[in-house]
Amino acid sequence: MSKKRWQVFPGKNRFFCGGRIIMAKQINVFFVTLILLLGVCVLFFVFDCEYLSQKVHWLVPVIAGVLLAFTLLFLFRTSFSDPGILPRATGDEALFNDRGADNNVDLTQSSANFRNPPRTKDVQVNGETVKLKYCFTCKIFRPPRASHCSMCDNCIERFDHHCPWVGNCVGKRNYRYFYLMIVTITILCIYVLAFSIAHIVMLSREKENTLITAMSETPASVIEALIAFFAVWSVLGLAGFHSYLAGTNQTTNEEIKGSWAQRHGEVVRNPYTTNNCCGNFTKILCGPSYTSLLRLREDKNKEKRDMEEVKKKIEKLMFEQQNNSNSQGHWTNSQPHNGIPVDHTDLQTQLPRTPTPS
Amino acid sequence: MAANETTEVATAPKKVFVQRDYTHGTECKYETTYPTQLEGVIARETFTDTVNKINELFERAEELGCPTYTEGCLSCMTGYLLYFCIETKYSKEMKQISLFIQRQNDEIYHPRGVHIVEPMLRGLRCIELVVYPAPNKPI
Repeated sequence: MSKKRWQVFPGKNRFFCGGRIIMAKQINVFFVTLILLLGVCVLFFVFDCEYLSQKVHWLVPVIAGVLLAFTLLFLFRTSFSDPGILPRATGDEALFNDRGADNNVDLTQSSANFRNPPRTKDVQVNGETVKLKYCFTCKIFRPPRASHCSMCDNCIERFDHHCPWVGNCVGKRNYRYFYLMIVTITILCIYVLAFSIAHIVMLSREKENTLITAMSETPASVIEALIAFFAVWSVLGLAGFHSYLAGTNQTTNEEIKGSWAQRHGEVVRNPYTTNNCCGNFTKILCGPSYTSLLRLREDKNKEKRDMEEVKKKIEKLMFEQQNNSNSQGHWTNSQPHNGIPVDHTDLQTQLPRTPTPS
Repeated sequence: MAANETTEVATAPKKVFVQRDYTHGTECKYETTYPTQLEGVIARETFTDTVNKINELFERAEELGCPTYTEGCLSCMTGYLLYFCIETKYSKEMKQISLFIQRQNDEIYHPRGVHIVEPMLRGLRCIELVVYPAPNKPI
C-alpha cells in the first residue's frame, strides 16, 4: 500500500479520518473552546431548562438546542476543513517560479546564472497595483490576498487569520463557516445569559426570596451567567468586526496591516470590494463553495504515474506519425524538406511535429 | 516496422507555464498571450481558443447567479449538512473543466506532442504545458 498525499503533506498540519479532517498542529485551545461551549450549555440544559420550560415556554430549551446544534456544525466545519491551502509548487513549476516565473528562461540551465531573480511581481487588479511576493517555502508567487501562515507553514488563499480557538487557519474556504459560527455563538451567548439571569430573578420573586438565596438555590445559573457575561463582549465585538470586514470585503490580515488605509497621503482603494455592502455579504456567504486543491486522499504517486502514461502515449503517437509520413513519402514521392516532411494529406490531422532545434 | 524499435527522446520535455490573469480580480482566469515557445508546435488560434474556453468554464463555475445563491442559502440553513448529500455546482464545473482538458489533449494536443496539465493539479496557479521533443530520428 503506497502512501496517500495527506501522509506526506509538507505543512505543519494534523489529519484525522484518513485525511478527511485537516487541522493545525496545536489544537489544545480548540478543546478549551469546546469544553466552555458544551459545559455552559450542559449546565443550562440540566439546571435551567426544566424550570424555564414550565414557567416561561416549552420553546426555550428547543431554541437553545437548535442554536447549539448550528454553532457546533459551523464550528466543526471551520475547524475541520481545508482553509484554502495552496499546495506547494514542485518539480519544474518550483524551478520556474524560483527563476523569476518567465517562460523565456531556460530551465535546463544550471542555477549559477540566476543569482538575483525578482522576488516580487507587480500585477494590476481592477486598476490597483498589487505586489505579489515570492514564498520561499511554497516556491510560488503568492496570489493576491494569499499569505503564509507561520503556524501551519502553508500559504492560504484569502488568508484571514490563524485562529487558535478553532484550531485552524481561517481563509477562502472556511471564512463563511467562521463568520456564521461567530454570529450564532453570539446569539447563543446572549440567549444563555438572558435566561440564566431570568431564572435567578424569577426564583427570587417567587417565594419572597432575596436575590442571594435565589442564587444559592441555583448556583449553576450563576456560573453560566458569569461565563456568558465575560464571553459575550469578546464574541459580540468579534461578530461586529467581522460583519464590518465582510461588508467591505476585507480580511483581518489586510485590516491589521492597513492595506487599504491612507498611506503617505496616497489612498489605496480596496480592489476586491464590489462597493456594495449587500453584494459583498452575499458573495462571502452564498458564493461558490470552492473545492480543496490538496487532493489529500489521493495516492501520492498517482500524478507521477499519470504523467508517465501520458509520456508513453505521446511517444507512441509520434512514432506512429513518423512511420505514417515515411510510408506516405514513398507513395506520394514527396521529399523531406529541411527536416520537415511535406504532407499532402489533411494538415490538421496528419501534420507531424517538426523536430525541435537543439 | 519492428515492434521493439522505440523512438529515442533526445532531451527532457520543455515546460511552458500559462500564468494567472488578475486584472479583473482574484477569480480564476489565465493569460491568453501566446507563449513563443509553442511556435511551430501549436497554432496561435488553437492555443488561444483553448485558454479562452478554460477561462469561460471557470467564469461559469464562479458565477454569482441564482443557482449558486440558492445552493449557498440552502446549505447554510441545513448547517452545511447538505454538502454530505449533494455535489456542489463548483465541484461539478471543475469536473467539466477536467473533461474538457482531457478531450483537448486527446484530440489536439497529444498528437502534436504537447500535454496540458490540469490547473487543479497546480493549485490553479498556472496551466502547465509539457512540450515533448520530437524524436530526432532521421526520416
